[in-house]
Amino acid sequence: MLTAFYHLLLRDLRLALRSPHELANPLIFFVLVVSLFPLAVSPTPDALRQMAPGVIWVSALLSVLLSLDRLFKQDYEDGSLDQLMLSPNPLMILVLAKVFAHWLLTGLPLVLIAPLLGLFMSVPNHALPALIFSLLLGTPVLSLIGAIGVSLTVAVNRGGVLLSLIVLPLYIPILIFGANAVDVAMDGMRVSGQLLFLGAVLALALSLAPLATAVALRITAAR
Amino acid sequence: MWHWIQRFSSPKHFYVISAKLIPWFAVPTALLMIVGLYQGLFVAPPDYQQGESYRIMFVHVPAAWMSLFIYVVMAVSAGIGLIWQIKLADMVAVASAPIGASFTFLALVTGSLWGKPMWGTYWVWDARLTSELILLFLYFGYMALQSAIEDQRTADKASGLLAIVGVVNIPIIHYSVVWWNTLHQGATVTKFAKPSIDIHMLIPLLLMALAFQLFYFAVILVRTRNEVLYRERNRRWVRELIEQL
Repeated sequence: MLTAFYHLLLRDLRLALRSPHELANPLIFFVLVVSLFPLAVSPTPDALRQMAPGVIWVSALLSVLLSLDRLFKQDYEDGSLDQLMLSPNPLMILVLAKVFAHWLLTGLPLVLIAPLLGLFMSVPNHALPALIFSLLLGTPVLSLIGAIGVSLTVAVNRGGVLLSLIVLPLYIPILIFGANAVDVAMDGMRVSGQLLFLGAVLALALSLAPLATAVALRITAAR
Repeated sequence: MWHWIQRFSSPKHFYVISAKLIPWFAVPTALLMIVGLYQGLFVAPPDYQQGESYRIMFVHVPAAWMSLFIYVVMAVSAGIGLIWQIKLADMVAVASAPIGASFTFLALVTGSLWGKPMWGTYWVWDARLTSELILLFLYFGYMALQSAIEDQRTADKASGLLAIVGVVNIPIIHYSVVWWNTLHQGATVTKFAKPSIDIHMLIPLLLMALAFQLFYFAVILVRTRNEVLYRERNRRWVRELIEQL
């Protein structure tokens, strides 16, 4: 079971690394969207600081949302998803491997580049750890919940808008606590409450979302 | 017991039985609504602070209760359909969604009409308004997924799973929104202690809540019958039914 997890993880990483330009797209999108806001609203540091947590978090969320397609779509189209479902290993574990690979390829880069965007948006230095840790705990949940949405819409043609309609309402708690953590940190207060909540949601999503995704795949991707 | 459930849940049997059940829900709905509205709009005393405009509560509060109740019904019946493969349960879930969305919309509209004289604005990003809005989005997502998948069985199961995921998420969404911001007045009826609402206001409120509940049961029967006829349109018993018309 563990070897299956490990091999599937390696396979997904290897496949993704063979087309690095595709890998960079969500990251560029993230930076691009964030840098639109100073242009559209106001470039003064005070205004930027006030909207920074929300802008960075919403952009991260949209960037993950747009990259979700990669999770199952290609495997569904070339038939490897059918092979995964036929394998004797629990589908839940395989799903977990795929989601983990997805997070390593999209979520983690977002976390790593976030400090730079924090500087763009003139977030004070003492709030940067809160930004990084909230994203570190929050982005895996985005991938896990997103996996449920993708697996439900994998067989639908042009399911992109449908996917956002399904997934975005479920993302709201993460957005609230993620952005709030950064906001509170900028005021110099403790953020452990918000981070603990994000951690709790991560634990819940980690245990339930792969199960729901596996069930959804058996429903929609069977042919 | 199991045998009885299977018999009742056969679409044809349901179609026959439900025709007899509808009046038993529809007539009390009409009576309760007339009495409840009269009591609420004319008999109940004006509020010492909000004056007459609080009376929209007699529609607003039951609608908000129903919006949550119907989502739970939808998720439970979708779960029954998913686990025991009972088609009728899926049809109940599908038929419930538009009713639930309508109640949610009604709660939002009446809430904002109430908000204008109370808070001076039609919309505030208050916790309960926001979670009600998110609930509306959850209904829309369910209906969108249901209509996007062509195969009926797959559509039922997939959207059913989404409803179940949504029901797990509703408390999380609700409490995160509550913690985020709150301006709405606290709960006045569901407190375990003595309700902090006058008895002359409570009675019409409960009458209206009961009326809405029965209204839902009547409408769900009508809509599920409709769904049964549509899905079984190629079966012989439906054809015979149509020929008899």
